[in-house]
Amino acid sequence: MRISGLHIGKVFLTTAICMLLLALVFGVVSASIYIFPDFLKDNLGFISLRPMHVSAAMFWIILGATGCIYCVLEQGSTDKRIKRTGLIQWVLWVISIIGIMVSYCIKDFGGREYWEFNPIWALPISTAWVLFLINFYRLVKKISTWPVYIWMWLTGVVFFLFTFLENYLWLIPYFREHFITDMTIQWKVNGSLVGSWNQIIYGTAIFLMDRILNNKSTGSSKLAFGLYFLGLFNLMFNWGHHIYTLPTEPYIRYIGYAVSMTEWVFFVKIVMTWRASLSIVQRNYHYFPYRFIMAADIWIFINMGQAILMSIPAINMYTHGTHITVAHAMGTTIGINTMILLAACFTFFNIEEKSKYLNKIFWALQISLVIFWTSLNLAGVKKGIWQLSAHQESYSKMMDSLAPYFVTFGLAGIGLLLTLGTLGIVLLKSTSASTSNV
Amino acid sequence: MLLQVKPRHIFFALSAFFVAYSVSIYMRPYSIAENINFNKAKAGEGKLVWQKYNCQSCHQLYSLGGYLGPDLTNVISHPGKGELFVKAMIASGTKQMPPFKLSDKELSALLEFLKAADKSGKADLRNFKTDYFGMIEAK
Repeated sequence: MRISGLHIGKVFLTTAICMLLLALVFGVVSASIYIFPDFLKDNLGFISLRPMHVSAAMFWIILGATGCIYCVLEQGSTDKRIKRTGLIQWVLWVISIIGIMVSYCIKDFGGREYWEFNPIWALPISTAWVLFLINFYRLVKKISTWPVYIWMWLTGVVFFLFTFLENYLWLIPYFREHFITDMTIQWKVNGSLVGSWNQIIYGTAIFLMDRILNNKSTGSSKLAFGLYFLGLFNLMFNWGHHIYTLPTEPYIRYIGYAVSMTEWVFFVKIVMTWRASLSIVQRNYHYFPYRFIMAADIWIFINMGQAILMSIPAINMYTHGTHITVAHAMGTTIGINTMILLAACFTFFNIEEKSKYLNKIFWALQISLVIFWTSLNLAGVKKGIWQLSAHQESYSKMMDSLAPYFVTFGLAGIGLLLTLGTLGIVLLKSTSASTSNV
Repeated sequence: MLLQVKPRHIFFALSAFFVAYSVSIYMRPYSIAENINFNKAKAGEGKLVWQKYNCQSCHQLYSLGGYLGPDLTNVISHPGKGELFVKAMIASGTKQMPPFKLSDKELSALLEFLKAADKSGKADLRNFKTDYFGMIEAK
């Protein structure tokens, strides 16, 4: 294939879907260790499987987000420089992914939580991201007035690079020798990194809604810009809510608390526009990709409500370090990010699926996710009570008592594997046949 | 003429605040205690051992980390636990945890890291109280 005919966005989306499939398989195998503690203990073990699952899931989101930006901005472009740079960016990602997965298999760790691979693999990832920034600039420089989603994408691209590099400050002894400051930076990074890819994915959701509704007003309204800046403000300063129990400077915790409470504005906005949203659902439900946006909206409502409550320190004391935090992370990753990315994939691959079969898969996915999320929350409530009880039984007894919730969570995880896996395979099958309709 | 505020002005202003806030955190590392009895450089090496063996996959520090094993922030000063307990657990493993073969140097650095964690504060959530604003503080 000639490079001018290469569709970089679709290349990234296809790779992202492969990562989704890997994340699902690793997730189910990892979850099984909660039920069968000896399973694979002396082989891969949980210490390899957990990062394999987490990294694959993060790469699904990051590569998916990258693919979405290219799919929108690259349309009609035959600029060979952009294609070549995008291709090098993709090759660097593929090299990193292979290296990272191999490093997990041979237990060559060294990084910190969520980025446990040998730090050497951060080099091709950051180089790929610099190339992405260059390509992003080339693609948007000719657009005179930016709709809000381009601002959101710029934010995501710039802040991902900044926080990803900040994530490696521990390589310098000055940082790692200050235990509390190092942990503060770690959770500053984690909060802002998630905020960065959320900016890209929420920006994509706004683009998709404008496209589905054939209306360009959403992405250009003052309200959209107001909410964008509030989101940016939260990306930058709300991360302190992760570390209320860490004995760091009190002002960091108070800033995190105060800024997190501004998220009530998003929540109130969702409630106030609920009725209008219902009529949009009724008008667009027939369009299959829209269903994922509809599902994401409901999961945003649920997860944002949970996040705001968890950001109140007096409540956070009961949820911190429990599976409620996992439920929130999974709820946002699958319920929001994955739903929006699936909507984008079905749109960009031009699949307007009307079969009852896929509709059933869609609803089975939502039911599996509800069971998955609920069982984790219930396990978290039980652990939260244990954490604050005056006479604690041993940790292992407490974990044993959570077994019924872990079994339910494992079964729901298999449900997610089957449903999301089916959707992923449908998308992969369509990639070769699809034509761009963006 | 009134200055017209454009998105880029707000973006750059917020970014400048963010960079300043980040730098302020880097420049003033939080001092965990005065006259503490551990070797900072060795504790820093111990952090690398913690990451090399991916302890964070299952264990937490200040309730941040994995969910399979217990929080290890205060394992060194916990009644009935301490250094010997940690050494025994690493060497023998548990129902879920495989045994780890650490070199003497690695083990010593890891214990120094856990000492630094222990000296930094109390992670037990029963050790906190709430104030009128809903903020929590160590008792």
